[in-house]
Amino acid sequence: MANGKLTGSEILLKVLTEEGTEVVFGYPGGAVLPIYDALFKQKAVRHVLVRQEGGAVHAAEGYARSTGKVGVVLVTSGPGATNAVTGLTDALMDSIPIVCLTGQVPTHLIGNDAFQEADTTGITRPCTKHNYLVKDVNDLARVLREAFYVARSGRPGPVVIDLPKDVLQGLAGYAPAPKKQEHKSYNPQVRGDTDAVNRAVDLLAGAKRPIFYTGGGVINSGPRASKLLTEFVRKTGVPITNTLMGLGAYPASDKQFVGMLGMHGTYEANLAMYNCDVMVCVGARFDDRVTGKITEFAPKSKKIHIDIDPSSINKNVLVDIPIVGDCATVLAQMMKRWDEKKYKTDGKALAKWWKDIDGWRGRNCLAYEKTSKIIKPQYALERLQALTEGKDVYFTTEVGQHQMWAAQFLKFNKPNRWLTSGGLGTMGYGLPAAIGVQVAHPKSLVVDVAGEASILMNIQELSTAAQYRLPVKIFILNNQYMGMVRQWQELLHGGRYSESYMASLPDFVKLADSFQGVGLIAEKPSEVDDVIREMMKIDRFVIADIRVDQSENCFPMIPSGAAHYEMLLGPADKAAKPISEEGMVLV
Amino acid sequence: MSDTSIERHVIAVLVDNEAGVLARVIGLFSGRGYNIESLTVAEVDAQKSLSRITIVTSGTPQIVEQIKAQLNRLVPVHRVSDLTEEGAHVARELALVKVRGSGEKRVESLRIADIFRAGVVDSTARSFVFEITGSTEKIDAFVRLMEPLGLVDISRTGIVAIARGEKPI
Repeated sequence: MANGKLTGSEILLKVLTEEGTEVVFGYPGGAVLPIYDALFKQKAVRHVLVRQEGGAVHAAEGYARSTGKVGVVLVTSGPGATNAVTGLTDALMDSIPIVCLTGQVPTHLIGNDAFQEADTTGITRPCTKHNYLVKDVNDLARVLREAFYVARSGRPGPVVIDLPKDVLQGLAGYAPAPKKQEHKSYNPQVRGDTDAVNRAVDLLAGAKRPIFYTGGGVINSGPRASKLLTEFVRKTGVPITNTLMGLGAYPASDKQFVGMLGMHGTYEANLAMYNCDVMVCVGARFDDRVTGKITEFAPKSKKIHIDIDPSSINKNVLVDIPIVGDCATVLAQMMKRWDEKKYKTDGKALAKWWKDIDGWRGRNCLAYEKTSKIIKPQYALERLQALTEGKDVYFTTEVGQHQMWAAQFLKFNKPNRWLTSGGLGTMGYGLPAAIGVQVAHPKSLVVDVAGEASILMNIQELSTAAQYRLPVKIFILNNQYMGMVRQWQELLHGGRYSESYMASLPDFVKLADSFQGVGLIAEKPSEVDDVIREMMKIDRFVIADIRVDQSENCFPMIPSGAAHYEMLLGPADKAAKPISEEGMVLV
Repeated sequence: MSDTSIERHVIAVLVDNEAGVLARVIGLFSGRGYNIESLTVAEVDAQKSLSRITIVTSGTPQIVEQIKAQLNRLVPVHRVSDLTEEGAHVARELALVKVRGSGEKRVESLRIADIFRAGVVDSTARSFVFEITGSTEKIDAFVRLMEPLGLVDISRTGIVAIARGEKPI
């Protein structure tokens, strides 16, 4: 400290503390050495050293998603920043609040192709909610506070702050944050328009075949939103489906929950969506994986859409009553109107609607072949669900078949317990995300449901788990294929399994061992329970290598470009409903 | 079903005049595949450090609504105003047009410039630079007439626009 002034790095740590940051996930390098030096001299902010910067962002996402706080990342310039890009894009797609601090070469070298220089603000502009390059240490505190505000307000997202080394070393005065912070241009609308809310509730009250379709926005809005949603749905007696990102916002064990919807959603959820007359979409964005063929998406319905991001409204699907606002606030407004008007849903119509839904439920769309010879991936997940039931447990996933099976077979009764890469579909997300969750919840059980292909994408993070004694459980459904790629090749490309076989896999037991963890194998259905029980007992990280049926496909499935009612329920169905050529072009 | 007719819209955007703000707006258009017919930008309030961007774009009504929503959620954007939708507005373009020639053609170009109220801002023995302001159509017409008279170079600003009446953006 000189003349009461602080260095940029010291100011940075002060503001992080102000903002309630307890943990930073990062990796040092030349440009951020001043920050690491300042970190060394204090105790308020803890640093978790990852093994690759991509892992740092996913870990921060896991931390953020499981706590509702902003996740903080610290990486160096150049490759440090470019390695973070996938994680930033992931956080943008799934609306996860992240503040990512990137080092930068000193201001006088910017633009000179200096060592480890990259145009970080240029590269990250399209994959962040907002980004900043701080050129004057006197702006640093203000920019940092603004970054936290932007990351967590409205629809949350990642914010990058690029920090040239001379700014980190420069001196400036520091004053604590002003009490009231108002942004000059970014002030998202929280309260829904009363007239729209009233019309929406009136519409719902008169519905014969209503459905709630809710997504990650409910979880981002906070636990109160889930509570209000649950109350409102129970009060109305209406069926509810969740998106992949929205699982846990409504208790999965409740009888009004009809399961996840979309490409690998349940038969009952998708048919209820197709046949509904009033749809209440809360914090979901009509993603193509949810809607299927857009012209045949819930064609007989009036649609209500609640979203804090006005750009989500009428983007893919035109809706009848848009309501811009925060999910919890708008749900509270809707319930108030419902109670004031003493509304009741049409009991007779609803009973008939439920009869239809129960009929679709009766198809038992998640059924699979029971066998004692080979481990079916669905069986492994059913056992994982059964043996972790009622425990304080968090699940993350990688991306692919195992992710969809996990979404189908694990039951989430609370929000913030399910972390998956939904929008971007990032293989390699699950392990670092699980690390982030475990850092935030050291006593909880944290399981990464993985595939053997995905797990190899960020396998280096085992070293992080070992260093911080994070007892994450990696539950690999090992079918020796990039399962979803293989499934699409089987269904769409004549069974030509081009490059989807995972040759030369490591011995996962030895791999775990070499990183000071424990590896377990299950090869027969009878061994699955023992492996799960054993895995939960070990207080180190565990890789459970579950050798599953190589040829199992994930059903039900709406082929791309098809409508909700064109679901394939199982292998026998696929021949009867060949996939259209327009469908083939879609991802 | 949704309306698929293509409409042309003039959109005014008030933004903080900070580094990268134009790149943000342009990146939004290129990243999401929207059209830009023209785009102009300049600082309009030095004290508050505000710039005004005028964008001429085209798309279906649903796309135009998306463009406005997407612009609105950029952090440094203060206001987005669809001048085409919000009533009457004045739109003007400025062009500098270089014409090279001699004899009758040279005289003819001066005569036409006079009709269009274009001024001569540079002149040599063999060339003129005309300055013309007006609607896009007027400038198009002027340029067409100059083509056979030795048109060699054009620089156009693209549209700047403002709503008629007393209300600001």
